[in-house]
Amino acid sequence: MSHSSVEVRNLRHLYPDGTVALGDVSFRISQGESVAIIGANGAGKSTLLLHLNGILTPTGGEVRINDLLLTKGTLATLRRSVGMVFQEPDDQLFMPTVHDDVAFGPLNLGFKGEELERRVRDALERVGVGHLREKAPYNLSGGEKKRVAIATVLAMTPEILVMDEPTSGLDPHARRRLMGLIREFPHTKIFTSHDLDMVLELCPRTIVLHEGKVAADGPTLEIFRDDELLARCRLEKPFLMQGCPVCGKRKAT
Amino acid sequence: MASLDGALLDFKRMERLADGESPLHRLEPRAKLLVTLLFMATVISYDRYAVTAMIPLFIFPVVMLSLGNLPPAYIAGKIALLTPFAVAAGFFNPLFDHEVLLRIGSLEITGGWLSFTSILLRGMLTIGGGLILVALTGFPAICRALEQLGAPRLFAVQLLFLYRYLFVLLEEGGTLSRARELRSVGKRGLGMRSFAPLIGHLLLRTWRRAERIHLAMLARGFTGEFHTTRESRFGGRELLFLSGWSTLFITLRLWNLPRLLGTLVTEFIP
Repeated sequence: MSHSSVEVRNLRHLYPDGTVALGDVSFRISQGESVAIIGANGAGKSTLLLHLNGILTPTGGEVRINDLLLTKGTLATLRRSVGMVFQEPDDQLFMPTVHDDVAFGPLNLGFKGEELERRVRDALERVGVGHLREKAPYNLSGGEKKRVAIATVLAMTPEILVMDEPTSGLDPHARRRLMGLIREFPHTKIFTSHDLDMVLELCPRTIVLHEGKVAADGPTLEIFRDDELLARCRLEKPFLMQGCPVCGKRKAT
Repeated sequence: MASLDGALLDFKRMERLADGESPLHRLEPRAKLLVTLLFMATVISYDRYAVTAMIPLFIFPVVMLSLGNLPPAYIAGKIALLTPFAVAAGFFNPLFDHEVLLRIGSLEITGGWLSFTSILLRGMLTIGGGLILVALTGFPAICRALEQLGAPRLFAVQLLFLYRYLFVLLEEGGTLSRARELRSVGKRGLGMRSFAPLIGHLLLRTWRRAERIHLAMLARGFTGEFHTTRESRFGGRELLFLSGWSTLFITLRLWNLPRLLGTLVTEFIP
């Protein structure tokens, strides 16, 4: 993992109908950090993520990946550094077999033959779904689809992993396994999520977005202790920090 | 609506067939594309009353099916499903063309019926040829071959997206019609009245979904070029495949084999 960082400076995004999705967002994420971006529905989380991969073009401000300004010219290089896992695996998996889907990214990067096969194999084994290689993605379970979606991105060996709602729609067991998996990734990690317990477990740092602006940016525990902030941003404490339903005591505050 | 979902799964099976490991699967896509195009051109070039002359051409789908290890019943089912669309073109021929062209004993066959049969055969042959090509090659590889053969890249990309869109359309259509069916409690729902908004809705849904898929493709470095994992180059085997079939098609087109055989039989066997 070479030097990797994400810097967003005064980022603004206006949708064509005039809606301000992001108004002046700034932060810097350094190598190896694991950061959660949380906020209510419509706070601008997904818009922000799409900027980190150059899919949207800023209305104002700038995005720097590894200290390189994201422009049309650097787009191809930077997309290789930033791996994006979308919320809905069905939107991410579109090839006839799992193998072809995982090979899609590396093929676009120009890998062929043995190197290509090695990448596909490694990525699938990394997420523990090597046996699904020849299956059709639409026949997999939700948890398997999510893992394959992550493998499609890992095969491109990005330094930064960006995941939109990684645990949404998973059963408790699949969620737990996925969290264990994500924890082991040495990448710089950026998540958006409504699963605040996952945020508490996986991300030492949290950025709270509210109406397109950064409402708070700091250690996750501190943020979840700030009742006023959480209420203002239409959020809640993670279940782990709420009272115990049996004895009424708080577990960790 | 189970039938839409069923159609989708069936359709996806077609795509999975292209992952087979037969010698035909391993052939360079361009060779298969060219042979199929030549086959179709041959079929179309026959006279409008030609029926028996085209029969020997069935050797092409039969050989490709068996050498390619494709499930004959499945492909035949697909041909049967699609042929009526082709046949619709010749539907009225028997009504308009009453000229008797053929007599078998007391049975008189009019030009209309002959041309109708001819269209039916042509439909079956061309559709069969196309389906076999897709089942042996896979759509992305065909698009790539088209591009390599000089078709404009924009056209090839459009074709590929059209194909992808078909899946999205079927999937979203399945979800939508299931939702409608569940709330129409076994009756016909609002009938035709609900269909117009339903179709508009379908367009918008598929549009957004297609956009998300496109984003996912862009995020993984898609630049408008497709690659296939199968490495192949146009070599001796491809040349043999192409020249073999072309020679056969041209021979069958120039000489009416069934008639030659018939002449032989009637002349030499008293």
